[in-house]
Amino acid sequence: MSTIYILWLRQVKKYFRAKSRIIGSLGQPLLFLLVFGFGFGSIFQQAGQGNYIQFLTSGIIMMSVLFTAIFSGIDLIWDKQFGFLKETMVAPVPRWQIMLGKTVGGATVASIQGVIVFVLALFVGFKISDPLMLPIALLFIILIALLFTSLGVAIASIIEDMQGFQLIMNFMVMPIFFLSGALFPLQGLPTALEVITRFDPLTYGVDGIRSALGGSGSFGIGMDMMVIVIVAVIFLGVGTYLFEKIQA
Amino acid sequence: MASNLNDINIISISGLTKRFKDFVAVDNISFDVKKGEIFAFLGPNGAGKSTTIKMLTTLLEPTNGRVTINGHDPKNNKNAVRKSFGIVFQDPSLDIDMTALENLQYHAVLFKIPVDIRKKRIEELLRFVELWDRKNDMVKTFSGGMKRRLEMARGLLHHPKIIFLDEPTLGLDPQTRNHIWNYLLEINRKEGMTIFFSTHYMEEAEKVAQRIAIIDRGRIVAIGSAAELEEKTKTHTLEEAYIALTGSVIREEQVNGSDRMRLMGRMMGRN
Repeated sequence: MSTIYILWLRQVKKYFRAKSRIIGSLGQPLLFLLVFGFGFGSIFQQAGQGNYIQFLTSGIIMMSVLFTAIFSGIDLIWDKQFGFLKETMVAPVPRWQIMLGKTVGGATVASIQGVIVFVLALFVGFKISDPLMLPIALLFIILIALLFTSLGVAIASIIEDMQGFQLIMNFMVMPIFFLSGALFPLQGLPTALEVITRFDPLTYGVDGIRSALGGSGSFGIGMDMMVIVIVAVIFLGVGTYLFEKIQA
Repeated sequence: MASNLNDINIISISGLTKRFKDFVAVDNISFDVKKGEIFAFLGPNGAGKSTTIKMLTTLLEPTNGRVTINGHDPKNNKNAVRKSFGIVFQDPSLDIDMTALENLQYHAVLFKIPVDIRKKRIEELLRFVELWDRKNDMVKTFSGGMKRRLEMARGLLHHPKIIFLDEPTLGLDPQTRNHIWNYLLEINRKEGMTIFFSTHYMEEAEKVAQRIAIIDRGRIVAIGSAAELEEKTKTHTLEEAYIALTGSVIREEQVNGSDRMRLMGRMMGRN
């Protein structure tokens, strides 16, 4: 327990210390909310889809959770590169505890980031329809954060340096984001594309939080939750397995 | 050597081999280190020193061979082995975005040092390495020597039976080197802590080591006290003996992606 705690603490402390990074990482979601929100707002309305900010906020919260979570997991590469991982690896504790502490820490940071974006959205004009559903929305944030932090750790366990990183951003993280229904409704897409969106775990996160925050979801909260929990458990398992295989 | 009298040999290595694809980094080496011994491990760049140390410290799985550390086999009892040793790595291994105190606290928690003695021991070691006044400063503000001293304090924090030092004094001024060695030798004398270190400073090895092993191209080419090695090679200093044994050709170290990255990081000022 103390192992998981100290790894969690390290992650959270570092987050709060890097104030400029917090502000920097909030710039992007805010920009998306303002530019897309107001830019496409009238077209969205004319297409009969209602208020775009109401629609977009869920997507931007999840975008921010996705990015922060993946980065928090992947920053394991820095520990690898700059030697600190070795110090952790010679400690007489099971590696799964190290992996779990790191993942829970990264997920905490990503969840905080998601909540901050939610609060920012309120200032941009987002309206909550049912405050009682907020805990459900938070639960979706936490689960998606856990899922993608585990994925980040899994990736960082197998790649050696930051050179592979650009590849992951462009061929994995961006598609996960764009194909999740964060920016546009998934109804009426070409079949092939629609099938792909069904394999994107973020789709269920966006759908779930959108339902919880009063929008119309496609799959139902129960289904969304189930898919995310299953995928999160799988990723956590894979992440742990790959992490245990790391040799310094 | 098969019939060990209980734990006289705290480190015992037999037939240890590490192969990376088609390159044999460590080639069937065998030797023992006695409890309380000060043992130097010398060799040119890329000879297999760090690879051997990594295998002894559970960071790397051997391709072949047997290792016993403090009576435990790293293959099936990693955590018992890990509790037995402390290590100062060749490359920096501190979290530079944490304070000196936090780095030690992290280590204390991972090594399960009881809470009631944790504080006292951290203070003791930080005072010894003369970093107590800087305990709340970020490690990134530290000089190379200060970082090394902090790593030394960290490696000793859980009172290990063996300390592995992979070129511990590289880049340190003579004062700091002396200071560190005096302290290590004192713990060695008082608590019987075994010291296993690699270095490129021959006079350091000659001065402190009771026995020296020289590794070259993955094989042990000589083992014995400095005097024995000099006698064997008919030379007068360890440095001459070393050159006689390993030749005077300059070695290129194999550099992998992660070393390059570390180097880059160092240039960018992360370490």
